[in-house]
Amino acid sequence: MPYHWNWSIFLSPVPSGETTYLGWLGTGLQWTITLSLCAWVIALALGSLLGVLRTVPNRWLSGGAATYVEIFRNIPLLVQLFSWYFVLPELLPPAMGNAFKQMNPLTQQFIAATICLGLFTSARVTEQVRSGINSLPPGQKNAALALGLTLPQAYRHVMLPMAFRIVLPPLTSEFLNIFKNSAVATTIGLIELSRQAQQLVDYTAQPYEAFIAVTLLYLVINVTVMFFMRRLEQKVRIPGYFGGSK
Amino acid sequence: MYEFDWSSIPGALPLLARGLGITFELTLTAIAVGIAWGTTLAMARLSNHKWLGGAAATYVNLFRSVPLVMVILWFYLIVPQLLKMIFGEGIADIRFTSALIAFALFEAAYYSEIIRAGIQSVPRGQVSAALALGLSYRQTMRLVVLPQAFRNMMPLLLTQAIILFQDTSLVYVIGLSDFFGTAYKIGDRDGRLVEMLLFAGLIYFVICFSASQLVRHLQNRYAR
Repeated sequence: MPYHWNWSIFLSPVPSGETTYLGWLGTGLQWTITLSLCAWVIALALGSLLGVLRTVPNRWLSGGAATYVEIFRNIPLLVQLFSWYFVLPELLPPAMGNAFKQMNPLTQQFIAATICLGLFTSARVTEQVRSGINSLPPGQKNAALALGLTLPQAYRHVMLPMAFRIVLPPLTSEFLNIFKNSAVATTIGLIELSRQAQQLVDYTAQPYEAFIAVTLLYLVINVTVMFFMRRLEQKVRIPGYFGGSK
Repeated sequence: MYEFDWSSIPGALPLLARGLGITFELTLTAIAVGIAWGTTLAMARLSNHKWLGGAAATYVNLFRSVPLVMVILWFYLIVPQLLKMIFGEGIADIRFTSALIAFALFEAAYYSEIIRAGIQSVPRGQVSAALALGLSYRQTMRLVVLPQAFRNMMPLLLTQAIILFQDTSLVYVIGLSDFFGTAYKIGDRDGRLVEMLLFAGLIYFVICFSASQLVRHLQNRYAR
């Protein structure tokens, strides 16, 4: 039986009548973007902090950060997500766990997914920041210290401004990854893009239209992020370096 | 406070082992096919043929911009219909087949980028020298460039394999019982989801951590 293409399906109203199927896709896109951006804030903040700790001359601090990275890099994202969503509320003190479970399901899913994606990505950001700091010539740090800067000052004014500009390209790809990884939140029922694709299939029996539309939206996100990050990369490029990017 | 009860794990071990078998089967097939197809894609991208290079670049960029979850769902949509068209009804395990194809084609895109960088890391003079010695382009690639390229990129290929091993857990979205899927189902059935998820996480961690230590060891040995 040939497949009946029906692109006008997006304009027809959903069963509850509040919006159209296109509206569902819009909601999905919003959640995907909100989730990814919130998680990215966590990932960048925590990843930068831990990346610095990885390089400081203190065995306990750098060892602790290394352990963190190993744990979050060696457990699949899906297992981590389920742990935040199903396991943690049980292990918290009953009052806190119950408070979490009584929230609106969407809020629960969003909190769990944001923390999960944020921490998962922060381990990757940590490694990028560390490799950026380690790629600096040791003379820079020594010169800063010899000039009388304290170690925190040397990081703040000399090493980090250089390191971040060097690792911008790999950070861009982590930023792109976070949008792609946000699709995993579909497994706990968060209504982001992939979830909406599956819902559309269930409700409309027009799988190809739904999947093509959602795939295109992911491509649009990708291209948009890439466009802005390339401009940022050009703006902050360090003169004399190979631009750090290809 | 939550009371742990690990008693449902020992009985579940045979099923979990079978799930782990499926996980490994998926991983190893995807690695083998992914590297073979990825090498082809990488060579197509580096060839002077404009169309071939463009097609390979489109393939790689497309797969790299779409979430793996969507790729798995796509193939679960397409593959069963293709199989029905070719073999008629009665294919036993469509989920496994479509997951296998999805992972192989998806990973090929990532492997091809690693392999392309590996090929480019071989100095150009080697190609010129091989051609000057009278080897054909094909022989140059097979006998001179690729062996060195693979040696250079071995750590990256293995790291990607570890990531792939973790990513296979995403077949959860099409309900395939790999290691994670089995653990989840048993935990759900016995009302012991907390213990099962922690146990699954521990097993994944042990496997991936040992593998990544091994990669680091190999890297130090070869990068003298």
